[in-house]
Amino acid sequence: MPAQLIQKNQTPFRHTDLDPITLDIIENALKNARYEMDAVLFRTAMSPGIREQHDAFPMIANCEGKMVVGQFGSFIHGFTEGYEGTIEDGDIFLTNDPYSCRGAISHANDWLVLMPIFKDGRLIAWASMFGHMTDIGGKVPGSLPTDARQIYEEGIVVPPTKIYRNNELQSDILRIILHNCRLPHWNRSDFNAVIAACNLAAKRCVELANRFGDDELFSAMDELLERNKRAMSKLIASTIPEAKQTFEDYLCDDGMGMGPYKIACAMWRDGDKVIFDFAGTDPQSVGSINFLLNEEMFKMFAGVFMIMVFDPQIMFNDGFYDLMEVRIPQGCLLKPNHPAALSCRTHALARIFDVLSGLLGQGNPDFLCAAGFSDSPHFMYSGYTSSGEWYQLYQIGFGGVPGRPAGDGPDGHSLWPSFTNVPNEFLECNFPLRIENYVTLADTGGPGKHRGGNALRISYGFLEDGEISIHDDRWLTYPWGVNGGLPGRRSRKILVHIDGQEELMDSKRDRIKVLAGDVLHFDTWGGGGWGKPFERDAAIVAKDVDRGLVTVEGARRYGVVMHDSTHVDAAATATLREEMRIADSARTEIFNRGGTIDELKARCLAETGLQPPETPVFQVRRAG
Amino acid sequence: MPYTLGVDVGGTFTDIFLVNEDDGKIFTAKVPSTPHDSSIGVLNGIEKVCANSGLSARDIGHVMHGTTVATNTVLTGSGALVGLVTTKGFRQVLQIARSYVPGGLGGWVIYNKSEPMAPLELTVEADERVAADGAIVRPLNEESLRERLEFLKGRGIEALTVCLINSFANGAHEHRIRDIAAEVMPEIPVSLSFDVIPEMQEYERAVTTVANSYVRPKVQTYIQNLTRELQLRMGNVKLHVLRSDGGLASSASAAEYPVNMLMSGPAGGVAGALWIAKQAGYTNLLTLDMGGTSTDVALIQNAEAQIRRETTVGDVTVRASSIDVRTVGAGGGSIAHVPELTGALRVGPQSAGAEPGPAAYGNGGLEPTVTDANMVLGYLPKSALLGGDMQLDGDAAARAVQKVATAMNLSLDKAAAGIVDIVNENMFGALRLVSIEQGYDPRDFALMAFGGAGPLHANALGRLMSSWPVIIPPGPGVLCASGDATTRIRDEASRTFIRRFRDTSAAEVVAILRELAESAATSLNSEDVARADQRVTYQADLRYHGQGLLLTVNADVEAIVAQGLDAIGSQFDERHKQLFTFALDVDKEVVNLRAVVEGRETRVSAPRIEKSDSDPSAAILAKQTVFMDGKHCEATVFARAKLKSGNQIIGPAIITEMDSTSVILVGHVGDIDDFGNILIRPIVRSS
Repeated sequence: MPAQLIQKNQTPFRHTDLDPITLDIIENALKNARYEMDAVLFRTAMSPGIREQHDAFPMIANCEGKMVVGQFGSFIHGFTEGYEGTIEDGDIFLTNDPYSCRGAISHANDWLVLMPIFKDGRLIAWASMFGHMTDIGGKVPGSLPTDARQIYEEGIVVPPTKIYRNNELQSDILRIILHNCRLPHWNRSDFNAVIAACNLAAKRCVELANRFGDDELFSAMDELLERNKRAMSKLIASTIPEAKQTFEDYLCDDGMGMGPYKIACAMWRDGDKVIFDFAGTDPQSVGSINFLLNEEMFKMFAGVFMIMVFDPQIMFNDGFYDLMEVRIPQGCLLKPNHPAALSCRTHALARIFDVLSGLLGQGNPDFLCAAGFSDSPHFMYSGYTSSGEWYQLYQIGFGGVPGRPAGDGPDGHSLWPSFTNVPNEFLECNFPLRIENYVTLADTGGPGKHRGGNALRISYGFLEDGEISIHDDRWLTYPWGVNGGLPGRRSRKILVHIDGQEELMDSKRDRIKVLAGDVLHFDTWGGGGWGKPFERDAAIVAKDVDRGLVTVEGARRYGVVMHDSTHVDAAATATLREEMRIADSARTEIFNRGGTIDELKARCLAETGLQPPETPVFQVRRAG
Repeated sequence: MPYTLGVDVGGTFTDIFLVNEDDGKIFTAKVPSTPHDSSIGVLNGIEKVCANSGLSARDIGHVMHGTTVATNTVLTGSGALVGLVTTKGFRQVLQIARSYVPGGLGGWVIYNKSEPMAPLELTVEADERVAADGAIVRPLNEESLRERLEFLKGRGIEALTVCLINSFANGAHEHRIRDIAAEVMPEIPVSLSFDVIPEMQEYERAVTTVANSYVRPKVQTYIQNLTRELQLRMGNVKLHVLRSDGGLASSASAAEYPVNMLMSGPAGGVAGALWIAKQAGYTNLLTLDMGGTSTDVALIQNAEAQIRRETTVGDVTVRASSIDVRTVGAGGGSIAHVPELTGALRVGPQSAGAEPGPAAYGNGGLEPTVTDANMVLGYLPKSALLGGDMQLDGDAAARAVQKVATAMNLSLDKAAAGIVDIVNENMFGALRLVSIEQGYDPRDFALMAFGGAGPLHANALGRLMSSWPVIIPPGPGVLCASGDATTRIRDEASRTFIRRFRDTSAAEVVAILRELAESAATSLNSEDVARADQRVTYQADLRYHGQGLLLTVNADVEAIVAQGLDAIGSQFDERHKQLFTFALDVDKEVVNLRAVVEGRETRVSAPRIEKSDSDPSAAILAKQTVFMDGKHCEATVFARAKLKSGNQIIGPAIITEMDSTSVILVGHVGDIDDFGNILIRPIVRSS
């Protein structure tokens, strides 16, 4: 039973024809309001995850819940469909249960706030925002247990709840929730910040309705969605082939010794509609790497990606949703049955972008990007200081952006929108840490005409005994290169104990004990290369060598022979490049994955120092 | 030597504003700018103003200068070859930056990052380490450092930057490196992060200090040459440079810390606006400086410009205080276009620039610009005889705007009005950023518009913001130079001092503030500003422990002594509530402390104009048809120079002068005040 909307004023909105200028003005005003939401949030939130790294996303939707401005598409639809109650003026909803909102948020750390915006007794719009809480309780600090088998192990789960009723905070409810979290003051102020941001959006929408009229705002939002649909429909017709394209990529392991897990997707166009079908994706995992993928959200991913690749001028919103159909089989890794664990969904969420890139690009190799740093690996560190104070850090790592048609991938950067790193001086000031290295690693970016970005190494020196968690991927499978480009280097974690012993760490593990004096080298992975490496200007390769981003040895992978770190041996380079050109002329593959899964597994121990994962065993669970 | 001279170098003109500090007499001059060496234009201007006024250059005691040399060096990428020394393990601090990729989801697909101002191949590591609390963990390895400096010297660096991890807490190693560099490369200027910006966050500190090095040789040369030439002509004259935060720096300080001059130009405009508005009786102001390619907006409350702890020029953002000026790519030359896929009307950020300029300029421009739209609407004088500094080509403007009209299936007038509405909306967005977004209600502010194009759009923006009156100062094109001449000497000293309130004391905080005041006063002392004329104010950057934001509050030292740190704490709570709707009951934390020392305010007032009655008809030049609020109507054209105090102009009206044109919309009235300002307000219908 879907939610019931209670409006004191039942007058329907009248559709009015707007002149295009008014429409543009309203569009700009809504965009501004959305950036204002970000500004308020980042300034007042307390957890480093939100205030420094910006792991939170705002949205403004029309009264039907369609996103007009925002990032990840609308969360409203999934919520109203699953909520059994009323929606009234003065309500604000909070939930972190992915299963209650059809995956609008995909793990319980993301707190989703939804605010219906009423004016004169009528719902005129929605403001909404979700943000990643550093901790929501559960079995491990950070609430992202790699070994969870059910969502109940992953902290407190709040079904859609009126956290404000008639503009009144339901403080008892909030107190119960906060009581279950390890860092309640962070949750409290991050929550405040999200509410303040939504309030601000509400204020802006009401101001706009006052300025232009309620019917005009309603009609403008409609027309903005329609405008986007028209633009996208041209884009779909001109870029998506009718013939079926398929692509697959993998999660390396599930943190419990099994892997890799396959994500498969087929894409084709049927008339003016594009269909994405995930048939062939592996069944859900018994662990916590499942990703409850909301179909609407996937449409946004696909739409945004198409816009960025083919025509970045288009403003994106939910308008084009009717032009896409997404099919995800129930019970697969991307649509697990309740109560499957979900907390470590970051790897699958990220891999979806590599899948999209491959799917959309293979029909248009000129627009194809390599695979890259589409994951956001996590590092967590917690314990008690010698003075007895609890500390707990959750940090998102970055790495090499893939080589692209537009140019090289930046080194050690984020693929996620608005994310930034945590300043190391901030870390050292607030946590018992000394950062020994903060560098990108030479030769980790995949060679290509456009080089993949280098992986990032952060060396964490621990100043107190404590526990760490590592959540990473792409240690077994490669960030692939395209159009002749080579893969980027895979990830690796080395714990150097205080006695000098080095220990290779699994890619996903919680509760690793560390002692004061231990150092963890957290190496992410590089982006794949784009285009033939031997076509890269030798002078640019030489510059990369001079800068320490590529080694003299690494330059040979571009067919560039160096006398030393600054001088190119022109004759030897010409010879080597000619050999490479001849060898490449037989290549037919546009993707270079560094080997098949079987080959990678066979070479795993020798190359990575770690045992290959076992083939996954799937346990069928009934939908419940 | 009672004369003070203000000089502003713009893209087209160099403006001179000369004032006698004793009797308030003012002389102005305008000469063409000389972009290849802007000091030539400055000297030409001085020569001209002296000739006009019959003064000798030797009568001028102070030259106050707003310069864009630093800005242009960044914008054109023509700075020095900078070497950088970091702590071991942090060589790529600029390469990695904050890992941020702009552009939203998928933005990485099209993002190409610009090169850092200190090339990575010229970045070397010092083997040393300081902890977050300032303790030395590993002493500096001087031998290896010396080798690396020799390497940088061999690569021909022109400036050196040192930025070590945690140096904000202890600058000893940076200072030692400067001493060693002085031996290895004595002729190379060295900038230390500890001196430039001793605040936490290694990337921001590094990029700021590197920016200082990057612009330093150019600014240094410019200031040295200008000083030499000025002294040749004017004897023992003192040159001051306007800082981004609106204060004045000595020429020596400007040459050493030029990163503080990146917004020197816009700061002059804000200072000029403030000077004239104060006399007209307005201390709460929004300023709108609209030029050919961009518009700068700022907010002034209680006669104080809002200061931001950040300066952005192009895609470089540094941690240097600046007047909170927001720039949007919206100007008279902004080009309107209609992308095929969406059919939406977009204006800017592309600009027709000075060459070819708007189609109406007749220099071969074909694209429709904002100026062309204004021309079509009839807001610009149709004949050069009506004032204005050049003949405009109305037909060319119409042909250009017709492109938009055709693409959108609109009439020519409606397309032109649309272009103007959109560009107004863009400026409206910027004005909101400095007002509403900061918690200020624009209805409490007057809107002062200047720059070549500001007065054309001011009335419309006043209407959008409900900011009344709209003030158009006399000579809106030369306001910056008057700001330069009337601003006061200012310096500041700050220090990062991160302590929760419970871990420090009022006495400790007050002691640091007083120490900072002493250090900030040094430069004023050396400028012979008497101690009695120095005004000291204190500031503290505070936050709730755990928060990322910093809010600056004014710290009243007496109040802190009397009431303890709660004196600043309660101010912080209030401000937080004002900005974000809530305050928290958690520990507060001091982050930075700062002392600001200023010289006395100028006593010079703006010249008054002749008084008359409300009838402006003596200034009428002509009538012309305009398209306003969706209708054609007849507007009266006035000559600004002939308007008298007390005149009242009912819109629709157009007021022309040499470097600018003002529009008064239907339903609005412009009052001329004693200083020649036009004060525009809506006509209130009596009920």
